[in-house]
Parts: sequence; structure tokens; C-alpha cells
Amino acid sequence: MKKRVFPIIIITVLITAALFFFLQALLIPKHMSETKEGAMIREYYKNAGGNEVVFIGDCEVYENFSPVTMWEEYGITSVIRGSAQQMIWQSYYLLEETFKYETPDVVVFNVLGMLYDTPKSIGDSSKQEAYNRMTLDDMRWSKLKIQSINASMTDEEREKGGIWNYIFPILRYHDRWNDISKEDFQYLFHRDQVTDNGYLMQVGVNPVKDEYPRIPLVNYEFGDTCYEYLDKMRILCEEHDCQFVLVKAPSLSPVWYDEYEEQVESYAEEHNLLYFNFLEHLDEIGIDWNTDTYDQGLHLNVYGAEKMASYFGQILSVECGVEDKRQDVALTALWESKTETYQQRKAKLEAEKQEE
Amino acid sequence: MAFTSVNFLIFTGILIALYYILPHKIQWIILLVGSYVFYFFAGPRYLAFLLFTTITTYLGILLMFRKNHSAAEYLQQHADYSKAEKKAYKAKVKSSNRAILIVVLVLNFALLFFCKAMLVEPIRSSMQGNGTLSFLTLGLPMGLSFYMFQSMGYLIDVYRQKAEALTNPFKLALFTSFFPQLVQGPISQFEDLKETLFTEHSFDRRQVAFGLQRMLWGFFKKMVIADRIAVAVQELKGSEYTGFAFFILVVFFAIQIYADFSGGIDIAIGVAETLGIRLPENFLRPYFSKNVAEFWRRWHVTLMEWMKRYIFYPITVSKPMLNLSMKAKKKLGRFGMRLPIYIGSLLTWLATGIWHGFNLHFIVWGLLNCFVIVISEELTPLYQKFHGRFAFSNKRGYDVWQIIRLFILINLIQVTDLFENVGEYFRKVFSLTYTFNYHVLWDGTMTKLGLNTADYVILLVGVVLMFLVSVLQRKGSVRKQMQKIPRILRYVILIVLLFAVILFGSYGIGYNASAFIYNQF
Repeated sequence: MKKRVFPIIIITVLITAALFFFLQALLIPKHMSETKEGAMIREYYKNAGGNEVVFIGDCEVYENFSPVTMWEEYGITSVIRGSAQQMIWQSYYLLEETFKYETPDVVVFNVLGMLYDTPKSIGDSSKQEAYNRMTLDDMRWSKLKIQSINASMTDEEREKGGIWNYIFPILRYHDRWNDISKEDFQYLFHRDQVTDNGYLMQVGVNPVKDEYPRIPLVNYEFGDTCYEYLDKMRILCEEHDCQFVLVKAPSLSPVWYDEYEEQVESYAEEHNLLYFNFLEHLDEIGIDWNTDTYDQGLHLNVYGAEKMASYFGQILSVECGVEDKRQDVALTALWESKTETYQQRKAKLEAEKQEE
Repeated sequence: MAFTSVNFLIFTGILIALYYILPHKIQWIILLVGSYVFYFFAGPRYLAFLLFTTITTYLGILLMFRKNHSAAEYLQQHADYSKAEKKAYKAKVKSSNRAILIVVLVLNFALLFFCKAMLVEPIRSSMQGNGTLSFLTLGLPMGLSFYMFQSMGYLIDVYRQKAEALTNPFKLALFTSFFPQLVQGPISQFEDLKETLFTEHSFDRRQVAFGLQRMLWGFFKKMVIADRIAVAVQELKGSEYTGFAFFILVVFFAIQIYADFSGGIDIAIGVAETLGIRLPENFLRPYFSKNVAEFWRRWHVTLMEWMKRYIFYPITVSKPMLNLSMKAKKKLGRFGMRLPIYIGSLLTWLATGIWHGFNLHFIVWGLLNCFVIVISEELTPLYQKFHGRFAFSNKRGYDVWQIIRLFILINLIQVTDLFENVGEYFRKVFSLTYTFNYHVLWDGTMTKLGLNTADYVILLVGVVLMFLVSVLQRKGSVRKQMQKIPRILRYVILIVLLFAVILFGSYGIGYNASAFIYNQF
């Protein structure tokens, strides 16, 4: 009789653990129908590798550049590793992780991230926590993820469970039992693809109405933390023998002040980096704020992103020397498939838009 | 490091592993180090208070021990002393020990009083003046009242020669700081705790399992019930909730304070049990009591026991009181004879109120309890006549009525805890007599208290479960009773309880998880 006790205990522990991980998988938000930004980090690992250009940054990269267009027009293979309100240290750790999978020729960093120096920079703690989760939840476990979590946590996160909330997300999402939907069961163990190589497509049109006011600020200086991580990214790229290019995507808000511009220009000059502020090239790119934005100039829609990709692809080819890979049969097959998916998505979204 | 944090679970897990893996000889040292690590995480500055109590208690005990020891030797050497001479010498030694005792008690209670006083805003402001003395704004060190009462109780027992004098300062430090009971008790007697605290323990699977089960039950009570209902309690405190809404507050607070405090004690006892250490029970199904005196024999048992041993009895059996009793009996009869008991009760309840805090509402709480107990005592002959005359009063139905009556009465007193403004408290109590707003139950008020329908369902299930467990406890340990059911079913029950805590617990981001109510004392 006694001998049977330990197997029963072991089976019970295993069942408990299985139940724990099942419930955890069930309760984690899936981000399939709403806030798709939360699904982007996880998606990268499916098709990681083989990209010549890596974009790093926040919504100003994943909404404004279309990798498929760059492939179609220049044969450039690229991927975007961006997420909503991605802080600069998160960008750094994601970039370091990306080097495990990629050997890119160019890393493009969008400098809007220089405005946010601490997790508190964007104000509301719960909002920042939500953004943290979208960036960090699906990052693969490694020392880099731990470092990124430690650098990102809000005060409330530190007080209430700290890193354990990330190690066991059920501790964070336990109260979602009240909001469980069909989607939670449907995507229990898999996710649909929501982006095209990191680009989150939007087909809506919401023209710019008024010019965004340039309210004078008390302080225009980028924080030390931002410079620290910008330096780290630059050095990381040097170590991996890859060009580090700075860009300012053509988004009208948050307002990009001249004082910001001077600091980035000065940094780029000091370190001999290429820097492109696309806000200064809107006519050359062909951006029309009546048709190319889905949210009054905060981000480009797919038509704007394609124009942007077309313009920047030229720069990457000519000035950065990124090769045209369309002669590579395997890559061409892969990207043709990606292009098809992209076009189908575009057509589907446009059809849905028209139905509205 | 809160009991309900992941860090605490990891800390406890590591400690239990080290405790059983390392040589058993050093188990008590592991506990001592662990206890200080635990306290360090509560706030390194508070260690000074713990050390102060430990060192002063140790010095007091050591001095008394040496005096008693040398007195014994002296009397041995002077065996030719007459009985009177020996008595005089012993009295001299005792007087000297009493002086030591008083010094240590005064030092410690002065510190406790000071810390409690500093929590009261007008006192703190007047003491602080314009200066910025940071120690005045430290707040109450975690568990100060608990470990100080435990240490002082032990010191008094050593003085009375009812407990052995512990001359190993590190063992005394462990007795003072044993981490599970550091937060909110229970307050142990040295003679009880020493049996298991300093002895070596081999790993006992069943004992560890029992400890973990007790912890799990504590987590359920605290995180699923107490912290969930706390939101509504905070809301119902508002001045607009009078009459029946106030009655709902009374019931909700009764559930909260019981689930919170007894849940915390379950965790403390459970942790100790996993280590093979037995802590005293602090709750003996108090809501099944039929009168206030009985309730206080079953609620916060160890504090009330302490108060009885070290305040009530010494007062009531003191010479002046016995003299008073004799004189008063002649003039006032039965009441006069019992006068010392009433004075003792009054002072004990005043002390208990002050133990909770230097606020008027705590003193009112103590006095109300005392008042009800004294009145009940005085009316005892009347009750007896009533029970003799009416047969129905001896039936089970009447017992239920008594239990319900006590539940309402005691919780009308307990709820003073929520009202620093005593006037507001009495206004609300009196509103029960003229505001009959029963419609709050169905007019949407209940859903504006921070709880939704699902929360109420969880609370209902949780409270029913607590009630059933209490009913089962009347037949003895529930865990032992569970041993009799099939193992599979037992495991299913425990797994369900575990996931109930994980899923329905009020913790983490977005929740204002409240600290254990008794942490503040």
C-alpha cells in the first residue's frame, strides 16, 4: 500500500502542473482581434533569419515601413522588430536578441524612442504596464529578456510580484477568468500571423485636419538613459559589423522639435552615422496627408507605408549598399509567398473597409 | 515580504529545504538566520527595535538567573539559617529581581507606547515640532506588539519562576523573532514553544503536507475572501451609508476581519508546522460563541490569554483588591465581592484597546466589550431563571438565536475599528433604529461597492466553505478528517483550492491588495 503513495503524488504534481500551464495559456491575452500589437513580438520567431535590414523601434516603424514593398522594388529582405510604445532599452535588448537570429547589413532605429527616458515617461503607470506586457510577454526567455524586464517594470509592477508576473503570467492575468472568450480557446496553443515581417497593416484613411501645435517645452534634452542605450545599440552594431542608421519616421505627432533634431544630428555627426528625417522629405516621398494616414498623421496607412518603403529602399540600396536578393531562388520563393499573403491581407482589409 | 507574496513562498521553500537537508543540530540556527532575513526585508531599520527587545529581555533574564543561582548557592552555604532568615533573604532576592523586571518592562513598554503614540497624528505633530526627526515617522515596526508581548510574557514567567531561564542569547533571539509568528502572532508561551522550537526535527512527509494544507487554506481566506470583500468595506465606510447599509458593513467587516486575521494565523501555523514546530491556535470558531465572554475566549486567544495571565489575574488577586473585595462585600453584597473582577476587567480591556492603538476608537472598543461582559455577568442569575422557566431556551433553535445575536452584537463592537471618528460610529449605530433602507439590497447600491455579481458569487461560496470547515472543526482537525476520504478525492479538493486561490485571489497589478489588518498592531 505504501509503495503506491509516491507514484500518486508524482502524478498529482504533474496533473497540477499541466493544469497550471493550461490555465495560464488560456488566460493570457491572445491579441488576435484587438490590440494586435501584442502579438507581434511572438510572431518574429516563426520566420526569424535571413534579413539584410532590421528595423527597431515603436509604432513609427511597424506602421510606417512596408518590408514587402522593399522586396518587390529593391529585392531587400527586411524585418521590423517593433511594438507599441517600445522603450529604447527594450529596443536594445530586442536588437541584441535579433543578432542571435540575423546577420543584417543595416539596423534602422527610429529616434522617437529618444523622448522616453524612464518607464514613467509616458505618464499613466497602468498604460505603461500594458505596453510592457505587449513587448515583453512573448519575447523568448533568455538573459536579455530578464534584463529588459528589469529595466522596464513600473513601480507598481515591482511592488506587486515583480519579475514573477512575467515568469508566470497567470499571476498577472488570473482575473481574466471573467473575460474569457471564444478567442481564448481558439488560440490556446497557436496564433495567426497578424503582420507582414513585422509591419502591421492599416488600410483606413483619416486625413490630417489641423497642424499639430508646437507647444514650447520646458526641457528638450534627451535623457541620459536614452543616450546610454543608443550608444549600446551603436556599439552592438559595430561589433556585428553592421551599419547603424538613424531615422525619424514621417509621423506628425508627437511633434518633432528642432531641438530634438539638433541633438540627433549632432549625435549622428559625432559617430559618423547616417540619419534621415523623413519629415523633411515628405514631398519627395509623395506623402499626401489626405490619403496616406489612418489616424490624422500619427501613423501612415498601407498606401503611405508603401511610398515610404519605396523611398527608403532606394536609400538603403544606394547609400547603404544593401544587395538586391532577387537572384536568390530560395529567397525569391519565400518572399513571393510573403508578398502573396501581404496582398491577400490588403485586399481583405480593403474589402472589410468598404463594407463598413 | 508579505505572507501573500511569491517572494515569501520562495523564501519559505528555501528555508524548509535547508532546514531538513542541513544537519539537524543547526536547525534552530537556520531558523534564527531565516527569521532575521525575513525581518530585514520588512525594513532594515526595524531590526533595531527587535534587537532592543531581544537584548533587554536577555539581560533581564540573565541577571535574574544569576541572582537566583547565586541565592541558591548562598542558601546552601548558609544551611544553618533559620526559616525566617531564609525567607528574608529570598524576599530580598525577589525584590531585586522585581526591580530588574520593572526596568525591562518599563523600557520595552515605553518603546511600544512611544511607537503607538507616534501613529496618532496630533501626538506625532506635537512631538516632532518643526524638526525632521525621521525616527518619529518610521511607522510601527512590523509585529512589534506581538514579539514584545511574547518576550515580556516570558520575562514575567522567568521572574515568577514558571519558565526556565534561557541563557543562550541566540536561542532567546529565535524565540523572540521566529518569523511565522512575527507578523501577527500568535503570541506563544515560552514553555509551550520551546518543546518544538529548539528540538531537532526529521522530515515528516505527512507533517509537511499538513502544514502546506493549512497555509493553502490561509491563503484562500486572506486572498479570495478578505481582500475581495475589503473593497466593499472601504466603500461602505462612507458617511452616506447608514441604516441597513451600515448593517451590511457590519456583516462584511465581520467576514473580512475573520478571514483576514484567521487566514494570516493559518499561514503562520502552517509554515511552522512544515518545520515541525507547533504554534498555539488563535481562533476556536469564535462566531459560534453564544456570549461576549465566550467569544473572547475563542477570538485572538493568545492575546486574551496574555492579558488574563499578566494583567487581569495580577490585578484581581493583588492584596489591595482582595481588601477592597472584603470591604465592598459588606456594603454592596455580590456586586461588591465582584468589584475587583470588574476593575480588573476594565483595566484589562483598556490595555487591550491601547494595545490596538492610541486612538479613542480603540479605547471605546475596549470599554464596550468590558461593558457588555460586565452586564452579562450581572445578569447571569436572571438568565438562569429564564432558562429554568422556559424550556425552549434550552433547545438547539435557541442556541442558534444566541449565536446570531452574539454575531451581530460583537461585530457592532468590532466595527469601531473602522471609525477613528467615534461620533460617526455612534451616529451610524443609532441610524439602525430609524433608517430602514432595506432597498439597498436591490436598488443597485450593492454593485456600486466595487464588487460585481461574480465577486458576490465567489464571496458566497467562500463564506459557505469557511462555515462548513468551522462546522467540521467541531469534530477535530479537518485535515485529519480528510485523511479518511479517498486519496484521489482529497487531492482533487486541494488542487481545486489551489487554483481557486490562483484564479480568484485578489492580488497583483490592478488590485490594491491590503496588508493583513493585524499587521498594523
